[in-house]
Amino acid sequence: MSNPSHNGTDEVRIGFYICHCGHNIGAVVDCPAVAEYTSKLPGVVVSRDYKYMCSDPGQELIQQDIHDHKLNRIVVASCSPLLHEHTFRTATERGGLNPFYFQMVNIREHDSWVHTDLIEATAKARALAHAAIRRVRFHKPLETTRVPIHPDVLVVGGGISGIHAALTLGNAGKKVFLVEREPSIGGHMAKFDKTFPTLDCAACILTPKMSAVRSHENVTLWTYSEVVKVEGYVGNYKVTVQRKPRYVIEDLCVGCQECIKSCVYKEPKFSDEFNVGLSKRKPIYIPFPQAVPQVVLIDPERCLQVKTGKCKKTCLEACADRQAIDFNQKEELIEVKVGTIIVATGFKLFDAKRIPQYGYGLYPNVVTSLELERLVTSSGPTAGDIILRDGSKPKTAGFILCVGSRDLKTNRWCSRTCCMHSMKLAQLFKEHTDADVTIFYMDIRAPGKGCEEFYDKSLREGIRFIRGRVAEVTDWALAPEEEGKLVIRVEDTLAGFVRRIPVDMIVLAVGMEPQVDAQEVRRLFNMSCGTEGWFLEKHPKLAPVSTFTDGVFIAGCCQGPKDIPDSIAQAGAAAAEAMALIDRGYIEQEPNTAYIVEEECSGCKSCVVLCPYTAISFDDAKQKAIINEALCKGCGTCVASCPSGSIKQHLFEDEQIFSEIEGVLAYD
Amino acid sequence: MRHLGIELTELDDWNCCGATAYMSVDEQEACILAARNLAIAEKTGPQDLLTPCSACYLVLNKTKHNVEDFPKIREGVQRALKAANLSYSGKTAVRHPLDVLFHDVGIEAIKRKVVRPLKGLKVAPYYGCQVVRPYATFDEAWNPTTMDGILAALGAEIVHYPLKTKCCGASLTGTVPEAGLRMSYILLKEAVRRGADVISTICPLCQFNLDAYHDQIMKRWEPARIATVYFTQLMGLAFGLEPKQLGLHRNFVPMKRLPELEKSEIRF
Amino acid sequence: MTEKNWQPRIVAFFCNWCTYTAADLAGVSRLKYAANIRIIRLMCSGRVDPQFIVDAFARGADGVLIGGCHPGDCHYVEGNYKALRRFQMLKRMLDDMGIEEQRLQLEWISASEGDKVRTVVNDMVEKIKPLGPLGIPKKFEAWDKEMAELEEKITSSEPVAAPA
Repeated sequence: MSNPSHNGTDEVRIGFYICHCGHNIGAVVDCPAVAEYTSKLPGVVVSRDYKYMCSDPGQELIQQDIHDHKLNRIVVASCSPLLHEHTFRTATERGGLNPFYFQMVNIREHDSWVHTDLIEATAKARALAHAAIRRVRFHKPLETTRVPIHPDVLVVGGGISGIHAALTLGNAGKKVFLVEREPSIGGHMAKFDKTFPTLDCAACILTPKMSAVRSHENVTLWTYSEVVKVEGYVGNYKVTVQRKPRYVIEDLCVGCQECIKSCVYKEPKFSDEFNVGLSKRKPIYIPFPQAVPQVVLIDPERCLQVKTGKCKKTCLEACADRQAIDFNQKEELIEVKVGTIIVATGFKLFDAKRIPQYGYGLYPNVVTSLELERLVTSSGPTAGDIILRDGSKPKTAGFILCVGSRDLKTNRWCSRTCCMHSMKLAQLFKEHTDADVTIFYMDIRAPGKGCEEFYDKSLREGIRFIRGRVAEVTDWALAPEEEGKLVIRVEDTLAGFVRRIPVDMIVLAVGMEPQVDAQEVRRLFNMSCGTEGWFLEKHPKLAPVSTFTDGVFIAGCCQGPKDIPDSIAQAGAAAAEAMALIDRGYIEQEPNTAYIVEEECSGCKSCVVLCPYTAISFDDAKQKAIINEALCKGCGTCVASCPSGSIKQHLFEDEQIFSEIEGVLAYD
Repeated sequence: MRHLGIELTELDDWNCCGATAYMSVDEQEACILAARNLAIAEKTGPQDLLTPCSACYLVLNKTKHNVEDFPKIREGVQRALKAANLSYSGKTAVRHPLDVLFHDVGIEAIKRKVVRPLKGLKVAPYYGCQVVRPYATFDEAWNPTTMDGILAALGAEIVHYPLKTKCCGASLTGTVPEAGLRMSYILLKEAVRRGADVISTICPLCQFNLDAYHDQIMKRWEPARIATVYFTQLMGLAFGLEPKQLGLHRNFVPMKRLPELEKSEIRF
Repeated sequence: MTEKNWQPRIVAFFCNWCTYTAADLAGVSRLKYAANIRIIRLMCSGRVDPQFIVDAFARGADGVLIGGCHPGDCHYVEGNYKALRRFQMLKRMLDDMGIEEQRLQLEWISASEGDKVRTVVNDMVEKIKPLGPLGIPKKFEAWDKEMAELEEKITSSEPVAAPA
């Protein structure tokens, strides 16, 4: 470990560097003037401004100066420490100093990017630099601690993202627990007929992955289950999973579905969730033919036996010797230990009823894009026939885009997939019915491989495109040809007039929204949400699948709307991030733990109860508090509360902060 | 209103709000004209200002917003009011009877007052364009439902009426009859087509257009005979008030007689 | 700095996980706000020792802003609640000392609320401007002078024997 005295003196010798960051800082802060100012501050031996401090030459500059000028403290004024603190600590270390002899000053995110006045911004940069220069004097050499990483991974959500992440990790030999809330994995993708822009069958590419993940030796799959508690921290999470009762013993059911046939309800009577209410199911059911696992379940709200205890229990007879049905099944709580977590909890579709002028829920032939998706699917409720509610075939159809997207009244964001999804459905619509199909759009957004070409194909296939946000859908007929039809009223912004277009069926391209319980899930895993409610990535560009909590990663639409290829790419990235941690075997922790100066502890115990991690205990014999640094997470709450000032925090020592306060206020 | 225990005070020396026409001619002057009423209301007391006309409602609300949001208009208004020894601080709320009846009085209280349910009466609820747009303060801009709620509480049957927020033609019926009357005609025809017995409005001008121009409209296009009443007239009927008290005899197109009401020997 | 172009100085203590990150986000989003604020990073608002606040005022701050995660969102479970308790206590004491309540503010700002950083800082600057400088360092000088004069007075008026 280096020590200032290694330079032959106890004198503090500070090197100060201010970064222009191209024009990012340099255009608003007078960097040479700041360097000139700091050069006169006590202890500063070298004071320089440089174009890009984070570049290799910038870092080498620091190392060279440490050598040439016998520096023992380094201060860099540049961007946020959350971005480059690690970079400069490493540079400091390479120069032969302990990395914690470094202090960073944030003059980009907190200064040049948020202020416009050159004089004010430069004054602020001076103040912040002054504070760091005063602070760094009190820095001490520290060592990072290594926390071992438990090699198992928890994946939350069994949609395409979760499945892919689990498979990737499983194939790499990692043990994975995959938890899905619904009775089957597959998520939204399982409901799709074909996928854009290739029009390959969704089931053909998804179901093999579903069964692969189910039968994978390294993957434990828990469907109809939810994570209810998460304790611990990176490398050592303790997760509690609640398994909801299916009233069917998973290991004993072979999926023969005899019980469904023999249910006392002869006909399916209850709304089928998988087919978004377009068909019916019985109280005992399998979510869909390709469901994984192939295990039936009983809806406790509907089953006579579970609800009232009075039923002939014909299902039991049908199941016979297998005895897979258990009406007394209770929920079960399972605890698992994992080192990392991947959250892939997906999205929810916008509720079209929130835009009453589009008539969803009022006019039966106004459907959502997902409902149409179920109608075109050969395994769907109509075996692939697109029909109106009265059973007839539609001759005309209109697709309304941006329903619940790009709209100040509902959701501001673009849901990214609806343009392509609608064009896919429009092509299938034409293929299935030969109807006239019109798409009403604001802008067609077709980025991504093969997508613009798919738009071209839609045009060539005779799908009409009318540019304009639809004002309303009405059954008010003005002309004879409108009688009995749904009329779309829209301002055609390319032609420059208002149109009335009568159609038989209207498809609302509903956008994506964060899950209803996104906030609870966020709290559970200690993540953040953006203002829109999507889970927040650590950095929008450089750390897109990491979160602010180490060891918790995100993938798929829970982070924001995206299509299947992007979801899978993210899932792979999240799996790789988890693996990087697991294979290294440990994580380095900031040495910002609290410690007690024993002689000064009065034994008042006020700190003991404050610690949320029970890292503080009390030694009855010595009458002193003891901090277990392995448990301490470094919040510093105990430090602030200690009446005798005997608790201190590495990296955030009182004198360091007092000197910072003094520094920021000494700027004129 | 009295029947529901609400006390109304007539604004002393009130003036015309200038209607929407003046707003489009000179916004500053129009705001001054309307603000005079707001200022008088503020002087009168701490109550809300109630206006049964959608145009007044819109103009007064617009004035209120303009005074709040645009310093230039605010200054102009304050200068003019000062000359008349008045002032306006922006406190007085502008309310429509529909808002007050639905939100302050409440559906339950209205239900309790019903003695003669309007059973079997099919009503087309017509809100018009001005009361929910652009200031959708008490109901949805696209699909208002507060009057539907009140009418249902009276026992009436609500007809699905997709034109509930379309314009009736407003003053165009007088200035450009061809266009204005056509708009009213569309409203009448659609209500008849959907099997309504009566159209219920919340704006006197809408009521007037649909009612008084009825014969002219029928002459120009086709018969579409249906009465149009102000919604409180229907409330009064259900509360057991005399049609004369409700001014139903002044309507040009008489309301269809209801079997139930026939029995009570009410003639209108 | 002359009285005329006086600008309030605000020292801010932001927690690493929410508010400091929100301030970074404000930067990344290029939101513009008043340059009067100097942010000091702590791991948690629970680390804010009341002495830091008092020290900041004593050294010439006109306002102190504490930023933490929203209740229930603290990275360290409940450090922000501790911060809230200390804040409430200290506010009373500052009030007794004649330091106006607008000068000390506690705000919950999550990592996604870059815009809130902007509005909070701007609002705080606007609230403090009419109060004028707190000027405790100058008061210290005056008090020191007072003490020195008192001391001189006592020494010069000797010998007055203390009552036995």
